Amino acid sequence: MNPEYARGLKCRVCGKQYPKQPLNFCVDDFGPLEIEYDYEAIAKAVSRKTIEARPRNMWRYHEFLPLDGEPTVGAQVGGTPLIRADRLAAELGVETLWIKNDAVNFPTLSFKDRVVAVALSKAREFGFTTVGCASTGNLANSVAANAAASGLEAYILVPSDLERTKILGTSIYGPKLVLVQGTYDEVNRLCSQIALKFHMGFVNVNLRPYYAEGSKTFGYEIAEDLGWRVPRHVVCPMAGGSLIGKIHKAFQEMKKVGLVDDATCSMYGAQATGCNPITDAVKSGRERHKPIRKPNTICKSLAIGDPADGYFAAKLIRDSGGWAEDVSDPEISEAMHLLGKTEGIFAETAGGVTVAVTRKLLEQGKLPRDEEIVLCITGNGLKTQEAVAGELEEPVTIKPTLEAFEPLVGEAVLA
Amino acid sequence: MSEGNGVDMAIKIQVPTPLREHTQGKTTVETSGTTVQAALNDLCEKFPTLSAKIFDKGEVKPFLNIYLNDEDIRYLDSLATAVKDGDELSIIPAVAGG
Repeated sequence: MNPEYARGLKCRVCGKQYPKQPLNFCVDDFGPLEIEYDYEAIAKAVSRKTIEARPRNMWRYHEFLPLDGEPTVGAQVGGTPLIRADRLAAELGVETLWIKNDAVNFPTLSFKDRVVAVALSKAREFGFTTVGCASTGNLANSVAANAAASGLEAYILVPSDLERTKILGTSIYGPKLVLVQGTYDEVNRLCSQIALKFHMGFVNVNLRPYYAEGSKTFGYEIAEDLGWRVPRHVVCPMAGGSLIGKIHKAFQEMKKVGLVDDATCSMYGAQATGCNPITDAVKSGRERHKPIRKPNTICKSLAIGDPADGYFAAKLIRDSGGWAEDVSDPEISEAMHLLGKTEGIFAETAGGVTVAVTRKLLEQGKLPRDEEIVLCITGNGLKTQEAVAGELEEPVTIKPTLEAFEPLVGEAVLA
Repeated sequence: MSEGNGVDMAIKIQVPTPLREHTQGKTTVETSGTTVQAALNDLCEKFPTLSAKIFDKGEVKPFLNIYLNDEDIRYLDSLATAVKDGDELSIIPAVAGG
């Protein structure tokens, strides 16, 4: 791979430039640092044809990712399906609906494998042998698995009230898992303090500029699978507010280097009402979100009360002509079931948030029914089974006889 | 307001690595004051170049968080939050997580 594509870091607030290093904020104004690329060089290096000839995983877009060498972690991540969701479309009353399904991402069944593959590969380039993260669950799973597979020591810090499945799904990989008695934001604050004190590569702290870029591959894949075309509307769940921005950035970059002709896309953000700092900022016209001290929702993966990219996400939603909404816990469970019944996809609670918010935005007329919409499914329902347990019909139990079975069958199969 | 004898209270401020060039390398600084604002003002009087780093038009910069004994001051009374002898303030860059 070619180091010249990613030139260095740049502050999103003041524009100050830095050489590549493990640093997430500008030392002048503490604004977030982002990778700066040489798009002219990338444009010369990539074409639809060169990319299509590569293996179907996230690294087929490696020129747009901030590694100096080959990826050493997560070589098989990405390449998840984009599904034409006609049955859900009929249920919601829209013409064209697609689902980008990262519930089946490899290896830990969420979009976080994309960001972790970049962050841990970069951690190794920087010479870190110990890595870490603050997580609401999916990131914990992914850092633990990918660190294990690449022989890195990992410290994983999560809120102690996390779903049992997400704790088990982290412990299995043998990291140092630390349950912190507090909210995600408190875990996050602690991780910032740890990262400033110890020599560790925290994927979403000092490695955050590199980490966040991995999310762009979710967007490249959507556009390529639509036949090198950007969808008109994208509905995306928001926790820290980074993914929604990176999907949009991916589309803009593809236009910049000539991979797509038009990158016009309205972005719609989805949150749970029990933790809605970004949707609240959009709906109330507030420039900066009001942080939420104690999030309270079954959707723990999105329970970030003080999102790092809240300001940028709200601005993007407004500027792109999109909108934002939030939904209640019962709406989330019901929408998880709806997605399962119509498309055969078992998404985690964040998927329920996305589907339920889409329905709400359609009903409000904020999302048009006759234009193409892509829904972002970012995690797997097997990890959050508690959330739908009460929603589902109890299965019938019968004796092993035809007599017992017959009353259960519908008209269609009667002889 | 100070207690009885008129001596201001001692508030310890934890200075993060990127700001230590302004505090002559000090990781913690003892300040006095009865509110978060007063303690931070005292810090900035001791180390004048810090003021422009922490404040913008009198407000804490948007990508910087201040914690009083590990609680974000935005969930208390922000800069007007009362502090008492032995309290600890931390200044921590906010852009992390997610």
